Amino acid sequence: MNGNSHISDNGGTPFIFDRSKPGRIAYSLPDCDVPELPAEQLIPTSLLRTTPAALPEVYEVDVVRHYTALSRRNFGVDNGFYPLGSCTMKYNPKLNEDAAKLPGFAGIHPYQPTSTVQGALELLYTLQNDLAALTGMDSVTLQPAAGAHGEWTGLMIIRAYHESRGERRTKVLVPDSSHGTNPASASAAGYTTVTIKSDAHGLVDLDALRAAAGPDTAALMLTNPNTLGLFESHIEEIAAIVHQAGGLLYYDGANANAIMGIARPGDMGFDVVHLNLHKTMSTPHGGGGPGAGPVGVKQLLEPFLPKPLIVRHPDGTYGYDDNRPHSIGRIKPFHGNFGILVRAYAYIRSYGPLGLRRVSECAVLNANYLLSRLSAAYDVPYPGLCKHEFVLSGAKQKALGIRTLDIAKRLLDFGIHPPTIYFPLIVEESIMIEPTETESKETLDAFVDAMLQVAWEAEHSPDTILQAPSTTVVSRLDEALAARRPVLHCDCS
Amino acid sequence: MPSYRHRYLPMTDQDEADMLRTIGATSVDELFRDIPNAIRYQGTLPISAPLDEPALWAHLRELAERNTDATRCVSFLGAGLYDHHIPAVIGHLISRSEFYTAYTPYQPEISQGELQAIFEFQSYICELTAMPVANASMYDGATALAEAGLLAAGTTRRKRLVVSRAVHPETRQLIATTARGLGLEIAEVDYIAGDGTTNLELLEQAVNDQTAAVIVQSPNFFGCIERLADIAALTHAHSALLAVSVNPLSLGLLEPPGRLGADIVVGDAQPLGIPQSFGGPTCGFFAVAEPLMRRMPGRIVGQTVDRSGKRGFVLTLQAREQHIRREKATSNICSNQALLALCAAVYLSVMGKQGIQETALLNTRKAHYAASSAAAIPGYSVPMGAPFFNEFVLRLPAKLSYETLSTRLLANGILAGYDLGQSYPELAGHMLLAVTEKRTQADIDLLLARLEEYV
Repeated sequence: MNGNSHISDNGGTPFIFDRSKPGRIAYSLPDCDVPELPAEQLIPTSLLRTTPAALPEVYEVDVVRHYTALSRRNFGVDNGFYPLGSCTMKYNPKLNEDAAKLPGFAGIHPYQPTSTVQGALELLYTLQNDLAALTGMDSVTLQPAAGAHGEWTGLMIIRAYHESRGERRTKVLVPDSSHGTNPASASAAGYTTVTIKSDAHGLVDLDALRAAAGPDTAALMLTNPNTLGLFESHIEEIAAIVHQAGGLLYYDGANANAIMGIARPGDMGFDVVHLNLHKTMSTPHGGGGPGAGPVGVKQLLEPFLPKPLIVRHPDGTYGYDDNRPHSIGRIKPFHGNFGILVRAYAYIRSYGPLGLRRVSECAVLNANYLLSRLSAAYDVPYPGLCKHEFVLSGAKQKALGIRTLDIAKRLLDFGIHPPTIYFPLIVEESIMIEPTETESKETLDAFVDAMLQVAWEAEHSPDTILQAPSTTVVSRLDEALAARRPVLHCDCS
Repeated sequence: MPSYRHRYLPMTDQDEADMLRTIGATSVDELFRDIPNAIRYQGTLPISAPLDEPALWAHLRELAERNTDATRCVSFLGAGLYDHHIPAVIGHLISRSEFYTAYTPYQPEISQGELQAIFEFQSYICELTAMPVANASMYDGATALAEAGLLAAGTTRRKRLVVSRAVHPETRQLIATTARGLGLEIAEVDYIAGDGTTNLELLEQAVNDQTAAVIVQSPNFFGCIERLADIAALTHAHSALLAVSVNPLSLGLLEPPGRLGADIVVGDAQPLGIPQSFGGPTCGFFAVAEPLMRRMPGRIVGQTVDRSGKRGFVLTLQAREQHIRREKATSNICSNQALLALCAAVYLSVMGKQGIQETALLNTRKAHYAASSAAAIPGYSVPMGAPFFNEFVLRLPAKLSYETLSTRLLANGILAGYDLGQSYPELAGHMLLAVTEKRTQADIDLLLARLEEYV
């Protein structure tokens, strides 16, 4: 199965392998200044590669043109509006990119003596404290590599806690609006997931929660505001129900952009928190990663944090604390995604406490503005106030033969990345919109115009939508074929 | 009170007034009325104070300058993360903001660049490892190896993982934590003293009909090349799966695990043009034999056609993933390391067929020169006899502690190798030295001179 079957390529970008010509090089290496012994003399022939890897033979200009061409077939926040609900596609500050590239950050090894990396350790220590203060937690680990990784880490901490009390609890509760990583992380931590239905207002159904919470409840995982963009106003009661049953409360920080400086999960009753630095703290999404998912805990869970912790000694120097007998152990090699942590630290320093609060205020203002302007043309399953994001339903358009998927594809023709579609699962033909605070009113108004145009087209010119996108480098792709007959790499030679 | 202004925030007083009017609210504070007063945060968060851009840049530079980075010392430190040459073009290409400010390519029509780049990355990994299928990246090599264990357990429905003690210590710790989550049992198999590779007799005793996977690393933590063909035979004799973690750069010279019987091949792509960056972000890769394709964790890019028959790429086989299968997903992974996979792909494009061979050979020659020269210094020895790539174990003279030696070396601008005694008590007084293509003969001779001096 390879990718070189006869498929017309008109206007596409050839593979890098297609540019190959024997004899071309793009690399530069020093001559060998030590004895030039043949490989067979250093390593037994039986261990040596029999055929060289068929990497391409191109020169530097080929590499540059190839990836430049590919970049121009891609769309990032720097290109335009990206209102993906729950992804917080805010602007990625360029200073923070420069910071991460400083040799003193990019060129250090995690196993260097601590005396040689005091600047890095101070940054991590300060970031730990800032994130703890932001979330109202007592202790933070910066190690998890992503939100899902943080979720699993947090659940393993919860599990260790219950086990330390001699309790065997097997269930994790999640709302039916939860992100897929919540139940997946619960499974990875050895738990069974129990889904709690939402009530008519889109919030956790308290009666359902009371019925489900019991002696086998390890935790409830919640995001607040939830994935519908609604604040769980009964959070204190939710916390009481879960705690009374002996369970712990886990905060999925995906929506933290709505409440910085305004409310803190620690004050709401949450025991464990993760943050998505690639969402709330502006670190770039990178086409899918890398991210970082630091986890904060209340004091009662501190002994179980993964190790090592970054600590400050009485003499003011920084180091590692690896002597943690109750720790769940290691969850990531080295110290986490340090390059991402540098960016997050720079972000926090660029705003300070008042600035971060203003960030959340603007995020919420922008979202409510869009909701107001779109609620005539689109169905709003949960009308009223939203936080930093909101959900529309494409049900009205579906009745005309236009699905949310079609709406999304049509938006591409307007140079806009579509919102999140078909999530959360509890809304029919869901469209989840999160503008973020870094978008201007002009951008928002242009988005509204596009959405209203599409709503008009759904009634008067549906074919325009069904043919969309028509201005992109490819039209709609056959995803069924890709899954049915997978072609997952090309032939390098 | 002057209104708050910030270069990343476009909201003007006029904007705010206009928006509030449209919403029908009189103040921004009204938009938070659904948050009960009892949990409203009062006051100012006790976090770091803001800095203007010039001050922030000065502050960040000051923090960075307090670290001794690879440009300011001669490093022989490896142990899973290496000081390799990073070609200049890489930084420029992965700094193109269409790549790094983009989201996961769920809308493929405007993400063909990312998708094709990752499709090529998958192709590179398949070619290097000689495996038929690879995914779009994992967090790092260590978590990738842990996930390999989970994949084997899920596929075979067995609960025992047999792990070589010569696998990176942190990776083993991570596998232990991961396994505990799912109630898997771990049996550890020791290495052969004086050789450095996994003890095959002990391995044979450890593998049974409850074994889901045998997990090894090659070159292993000591730098030694494992006898993968023999390990594969032992593993398959009990219908278990062989999961191997490799240094991808070593595959420019060494026979790939895919041709030696591995079922799952993973590793960390950091040696492929990714900065050390204090340990992260790096990039795990994950490749499997064909039967395991539909259980493989992580995102996968596949080729397809659009409505006019034009070639295009999409994320595929998504039915494995969390957003579809939720608690039944093959893994909880969502975000991966896409940008670093791109980085590795650019590196491999730059290196090409000749470059990766030459780089791997250069690493090998320099490490062997260092090893044989160090072994010739009275008091020192290279105790592990197995073939090695670019890392080896050096035994220090009896009266010279690692602490003393490394401190003195540092005073002379040399970053010593890893202290093996901290992870292997029987190897106290042994140092793990990595020698890459960046170490000149002069660098190595300087180290040798110091070693001799401190006896």
